[in-house]
Amino acid sequence: MIWQLDVIILTLVIICGLAAISIRDLLGAAVLFSAYSFMMCLLWAIMGAVDVAFTEASVGAGVSTVFFVAAVFRTTRSSKD
Amino acid sequence: MKRFAFIGVLLFGAVLLYSSFSFPPLGDPHAPANRHVSDDYIRDGMKETAVPNLVTAVLADYRGYDTMFEATVILAAGIACFFLLRRYRRKPAQHRLYRHIDTGVILIIEQGGKEPVDSKEFERIDYHWVPFDLVVNKAAGLMVPFLQLFALYVIFHGHHSPGGGFQGGVIFGATVILLAISRDLRSTTRLFPERTSAFLSSAGLFIYAGTGFACLLLGSNLLDYSALARLLAVDPVMARSHGILLVEIGVGMAVSAIMIWIYYNLASAGRYDEGL
Amino acid sequence: MDAPVLADMLDFVIAKYNYWGIAALMMIGLYAMIAKNNLVKKIIGMNIFQTAIILFFISIATKWDATIPIIIHGHGAHAHSIHAADYMNPLPHVLMLTAIVVSVATLGVALALAVGIFQRYETLEEDNILEQLKADESNLR
Repeated sequence: MIWQLDVIILTLVIICGLAAISIRDLLGAAVLFSAYSFMMCLLWAIMGAVDVAFTEASVGAGVSTVFFVAAVFRTTRSSKD
Repeated sequence: MKRFAFIGVLLFGAVLLYSSFSFPPLGDPHAPANRHVSDDYIRDGMKETAVPNLVTAVLADYRGYDTMFEATVILAAGIACFFLLRRYRRKPAQHRLYRHIDTGVILIIEQGGKEPVDSKEFERIDYHWVPFDLVVNKAAGLMVPFLQLFALYVIFHGHHSPGGGFQGGVIFGATVILLAISRDLRSTTRLFPERTSAFLSSAGLFIYAGTGFACLLLGSNLLDYSALARLLAVDPVMARSHGILLVEIGVGMAVSAIMIWIYYNLASAGRYDEGL
Repeated sequence: MDAPVLADMLDFVIAKYNYWGIAALMMIGLYAMIAKNNLVKKIIGMNIFQTAIILFFISIATKWDATIPIIIHGHGAHAHSIHAADYMNPLPHVLMLTAIVVSVATLGVALALAVGIFQRYETLEEDNILEQLKADESNLR
């Protein structure tokens, strides 16, 4: 585990999380959440949890983004806050 | 409300910050979480199950009971999505669009007009239609078999490398979702109908529970795969390895089918008519 | 400040920074769940909270100078001894692996509920839904 790399990616994760909840466009929020999941996956790969990172790469960054996009497509794209 | 929430969240963060000082330091091999049972798993896992990937061994063997009910939770979630969204009645309103396959001419058929159902020359397209794109269509179609092969590799090689039933199942489900996105939902539901996903999701869980109950019938504890040694004609250690493989196959089937099922329900809002 | 104090502080930060990051992520998730008006935003907040908890479990499983929990030279050689300090703790990895897959299933149910609410009320904003609910109630009376 390399702590310098860990700190950088942890910062990126927090930035992506903040951006995902503050953007007004819901499709953009879904894509930013996908970026958040992928950064999280890198963080877990650094921490040596390869199986968990693999799961997060396929589940969090892959399928859950598709679910979000499908739900946004079936509802509305704009949000008030 | 927002100010109230902000103050509450700040208080919550202060409590977390305060408690972080009494946590063991990061990466300490003698932290409470890294002692006791996990040391035994690392030391004896390979000897007892012949599976080098300890995560797979603990997932499907030592903690098999836990994983079985996690898979049940996923099945319950898939069924919940089905009951929340599925509507069998067709939407009566709005016109339908048909595309002439050879020329690409789009026909708009108003309500009450005769539709070219089952025609070889026309195909129906979605109401929110996107222009037909040959590159996206063919490239996705070419990628799907290789991705499915990779998903099977992930499931079957999970003993020796990162991977296993959950990851492989999700990748397999994602290939079908890729087809549904790049083409349309109707042609994908013809290839992989709703009935198949419902059947496969229950069958996967049945394989898992059936492996466990087979051990029970052979005179051992539930999910103690070493009892399968007599059936499989191998020694008890290898029997545990094979039992883990059986269980992983069951999990992979269940997870892939449920991912596809949830996607179908979400993308078509339960009508299975027009998708993403 | 002299060098030994700085080195001590750096050691302290290295020992704790992950917990502070987790606290920040949990605060983001909780704030989104309470204060955001849009249902999809609330669901994103719920997922951020979940991943923060998973990150906590993964970070208590790490060990310095340890490798991933896959036994090296796994096959055939049972003779060489295995030291527990050389491998990461596999148990939290297992628990969190299943938690991730369950989280995507709960995400599916949450989004299905949001889609169902949108079909009925034509909006995803919480205050508009509450207004319509109040109007429905007064119509019934």
